[in-house]
Amino acid sequence: MKDKADVVIIGAGINGCALAYELSKRGKDVVVIDRKHIAAGATGRCGAGVRQQWSTKENAILAKKSVEIFERLNEELDADIDFRQGGYLIAIHSEEEMEQAKKNVEMQRSIGLPVRIIDREEIKEIVPILDPDGMEAIAATFNPTDGHADPFRTAYAYAMAAIRHGATFYKFTEAKAIKTEDGKVKSVVTNRGEIRTNVVVNAAGAWSSMVAKMAGLEIPNKPVRKEALVTEPIKRIFDAMVISFKHGIYFSQMSQGQILGGIPSPEEKVGYYTEPTFSFLQRMAYMLGKYAPVLKHINILRQWTGFYDVTPDALPVLGEDERLEGFIHCHGFSGHGFMIAPMTARLLAQLITGEKLDLPIDRLNIKRFKGKIIKEKSVVG
Amino acid sequence: MKIVCRCEDITEEDIVEAIKKYNCQTLNELKQVLRLGMGPCQGRTCLPIAARILARETGKSMEEIMPQTSRPPVIPVALYMVSEDEG
Repeated sequence: MKDKADVVIIGAGINGCALAYELSKRGKDVVVIDRKHIAAGATGRCGAGVRQQWSTKENAILAKKSVEIFERLNEELDADIDFRQGGYLIAIHSEEEMEQAKKNVEMQRSIGLPVRIIDREEIKEIVPILDPDGMEAIAATFNPTDGHADPFRTAYAYAMAAIRHGATFYKFTEAKAIKTEDGKVKSVVTNRGEIRTNVVVNAAGAWSSMVAKMAGLEIPNKPVRKEALVTEPIKRIFDAMVISFKHGIYFSQMSQGQILGGIPSPEEKVGYYTEPTFSFLQRMAYMLGKYAPVLKHINILRQWTGFYDVTPDALPVLGEDERLEGFIHCHGFSGHGFMIAPMTARLLAQLITGEKLDLPIDRLNIKRFKGKIIKEKSVVG
Repeated sequence: MKIVCRCEDITEEDIVEAIKKYNCQTLNELKQVLRLGMGPCQGRTCLPIAARILARETGKSMEEIMPQTSRPPVIPVALYMVSEDEG
C-alpha cells in the first residue's frame, strides 16, 4: 500500500470516483479508499435520475452544469454511461403547488432550462400510461433535457479513467483515523496502513458524519433510509422520469425496459437499518397502480434499501473546513448526489488545485449552518 | 462460449474479463458491472456458477464468496398482488 498521496478521498461512490478523475487529470497523486467497493452505497442504489428542476438556484445551476458534462461524458471517459434525456415530469396537485411551480419555472428558465408547465392532456402525450385522475394532478412541469444515466457505469467509468491518469483505488479498505497537527491534516490511518497526505476528502455519503468525527469535526448530516424497487423488463413505453413531491413517488423506465422507482416508506427512519420492508412494497405498488394502472400486472423483481445523506437544508456540503486545513467536505447530497457529481467534482478539483472556480461554492460551505437556513423544497423519494 | 446468466446473456468469458478489468473480488461487483443475476430469475441459476468462476480466478474460497445479498421478493410478484388497498 502507498504511504503518501497528494489527496486521499474517503468513499468510492460517484462523487469520490468523479473527484479522483478530475484531480488525477490535473496531475495530482490521488488515493481513493472505500470500506467496500465502487458504488457500494447510495450511488449503486439510486434512482439513476438526472434532474435540473430544483427550487434553489445553487442546485439548479449545479445540475445544469452537470448535464452539460454528462452530455459529453462518453467521449471524455471513453465509456458508455447510458445517458438519455427523456425529461422529468413533475406532477402539480394543487393551486398551492402551482404557485411554487411557477416560481421554480421562472427561476429555472432564467438560467436557461427549457422547462414549462403542461396541462393534463400533455401529461398523457408525454407519458401515455399516466392517469392524471389517479395521480390527482391538475398539471405538471416538464423539462425535456433532464434524464437518466447508469449509476454503475458512470461510477466505474470515472474510476477507470482516474486509474488511467494514475489514481490508486484501495477497495475493502476502511478509514480508522485522521491525524492532524496544528490545525492541518497530516495522514489517514486505514486498517491496511497509514497514508500521509495534506488533503483528505470526506466523500463517505451516509457515513460522512463518522468520517468527520475522525478529524474531530461535528457535521449535522443524518442518514435517512430509502427504499426502491425494480420490475421485470417490458417493452419501451415511456422515456420521462415521473415524480411527485406530494406523494413522494418517482419512477421511470430504464434502458433494459424495467420500471424502477421509490416512495417514502411508512417505516422510514434515521439510522442504518437496511432490511427492505413489505409496507414499502405495498405503498409503492398501490401508488404506481394509481399513477399508471397498466403497470399493475407486471412483476416486481427486487427491492432494496439505501441511504440519503441529509443536511438541514437538503443542500450539499462542499469545500474546505475553516477549522481544519486540508479537510475537504464533499457530502450531504440529500438524495441527489449522483446527478450533480460531474460538476461538483470539477469544482472541488479546481478548489484543491488552486484554480479559479467555474462557480462560487462559498454558500455551500459547512459554516452556513451557523446562520439562517434556506431549504431546498424539491426533494422526492 | 459458455452461457452463465441466461436472463442477461452473460458468458463465462464475460465474467473472466470483468474480473480482470475491474479487479472484482465479490459477486456484488460482478452484478454491478455485468448485470449478472439482475434478471427475472434473480440469480438463482447463475450466481452459484459465477461464484465458482470468481473463486477460481481470485483464489478465494467459496465460503468467502457466497452468499451475496439477496433481494426480496425472491420470486417475481405482480404489483396488484401486494398493493396496499387492492391486494
